[in-house]
Amino acid sequence: MTPALEIGFMPLVDAAPLIIARDMGFAAQERLDLVLHRAGNWSMLRDLLDLGRVQAAHMLSPMPVARSLGLGGAGPAVETLMVLSMNGQVVGVSPDLARDMRAVLPGAGFGDAGTTRQALRAARPDGLRLGVPFPFSMHAELLDYWLGRQVTLATVPPPDMAAAIGAGDIEAFCVGEPWGSQAVELGEAELILPGAAIWSQAPEKVLAVRAGWAEENADLAGRLMRAVWRAGQWLSLPQNTDLASELLSAPDCLGVDPEIIDRALTGQLLTRRGGELIRSPALLEFHHGAANFPWRSQAAWIAGRMARRFGLDRRRAAHAAQAIWRSDLYRQHLADLAILPAASSKLEGACPMPQAVGATRASLILSENRFFDGLIFDPSADN
Amino acid sequence: MTQPLRILVIQHDPARADMLTDALRQAGETEVMILPSDSRLASRIKELGPDLVLIDLANPSRDALEELTLASSPADRPVAMFVDRSDPALTRAAVEAGVSAYVVDGIRPDRIRAVLDAALARFHMFQKLRTELDATRAALEQRKIIDRAKGVLMRARGISEDEAYALMRRAAMERGRKIADVAAAIVTASELLQ
Repeated sequence: MTPALEIGFMPLVDAAPLIIARDMGFAAQERLDLVLHRAGNWSMLRDLLDLGRVQAAHMLSPMPVARSLGLGGAGPAVETLMVLSMNGQVVGVSPDLARDMRAVLPGAGFGDAGTTRQALRAARPDGLRLGVPFPFSMHAELLDYWLGRQVTLATVPPPDMAAAIGAGDIEAFCVGEPWGSQAVELGEAELILPGAAIWSQAPEKVLAVRAGWAEENADLAGRLMRAVWRAGQWLSLPQNTDLASELLSAPDCLGVDPEIIDRALTGQLLTRRGGELIRSPALLEFHHGAANFPWRSQAAWIAGRMARRFGLDRRRAAHAAQAIWRSDLYRQHLADLAILPAASSKLEGACPMPQAVGATRASLILSENRFFDGLIFDPSADN
Repeated sequence: MTQPLRILVIQHDPARADMLTDALRQAGETEVMILPSDSRLASRIKELGPDLVLIDLANPSRDALEELTLASSPADRPVAMFVDRSDPALTRAAVEAGVSAYVVDGIRPDRIRAVLDAALARFHMFQKLRTELDATRAALEQRKIIDRAKGVLMRARGISEDEAYALMRRAAMERGRKIADVAAAIVTASELLQ
């Protein structure tokens, strides 16, 4: 008997590990029947999980943290079992703003966060209104980290980003693929920066469950995590990209042209309509560099930034967030499959190039991990 | 005299918006405003200052309401309720669990509840969604009460189930009442006599 597991997701390229786990048989291999529910918005996805209509959900990494800090309405505690994807955000601006930026400061390359920020500030010295998909999102945290307080963040549903720029409601956005490329396709935006240029190892989506579920259903949780891990590994192989794009484009999954999905999966973006493809390494990562390991330092970073934005006690926030970031469960369930790091917390931003670290078996190479401003985040310090 | 409840309906489809508005107006003293979902939703809601926001559970614009939960003054945070067609079971569960009501402040929750219950009932009637569900529920309720009344009679008079039912049917016919009404009277009386 294959137990059915109900999982909620938002139609984004980074829902791929869940869709691929189902479609490529990694769930079946773990004797799991994954039933995927597409949600219309993040609030609804959270409701589905709160109400027990789904057992697990694809979530923005700051969402479980927000819940642990008491932000965004009451509800049962939510935990992060693993990271589903790293990076994957893109920053886009209106064609007008792109032109103004080139006029004041030409030559900011796609990936050069410092110069791009300078151009943006010079082109819009009085501030700027940017769209993000959700108030508690890595998009919001990255923009806040990169641009500081001079900008206003507005919540805009990702499929509406292009229209919102067209209507003049926002002049820029930070969004997950395929919606950045979609806006480019519609001629409403030019992409100016990948999120990875702000933080090269930003945990973007996580697999979230209600607190206690993974302990009460330890066997199921383990099987789910292993199936999703294998799907991430499969997605990391370049020869699988075309098939993945095709599967993700299905109407009940993303429902967009596979060619658009391809751009995020291959890391080759069209930054403006009619332009050339630009290679953007580490645009979106599902597997390499222990991408799925839920480092407690990631939770501490997110909580620290949110505490700063919403005026909360930073120390208490970091403490609460790290408690729901279950690196212990990841170790328990993936011990036979993944190479696990020796530590569960690390300095964030302290790895200018790929680096080997202590691990359970063989050696583990962590990916480049740096912030655009070169700062290092130490989760044990009161910063 | 209470202030009318200011209700904002976020709805793209004009036909659906009209239906909801009619239902709300019939249900009680309300002031109904309609807004299509757009990218300035959060600031528009703040300007309008409704007591209540009605939005579909699956509406992508719902995430913009999340910004309002961060408003510094509780009075700025409207209550959001959902009027979904796509998933009535989930809508009901969400309303019952209270996850949909972000903050209730300044207005009496029972008032919101009464107006909304009535409005939603009418709304669903328009949509011919409710009828069947209610009929089933009423039938279930009736059967339960008839069964209980049968039990009361069987115990009190030492008769069989069939005899108890026949007795109730006769009583109903003689008085021109429904059998469920007679049953309800029996159950109520027996509770009072205990």
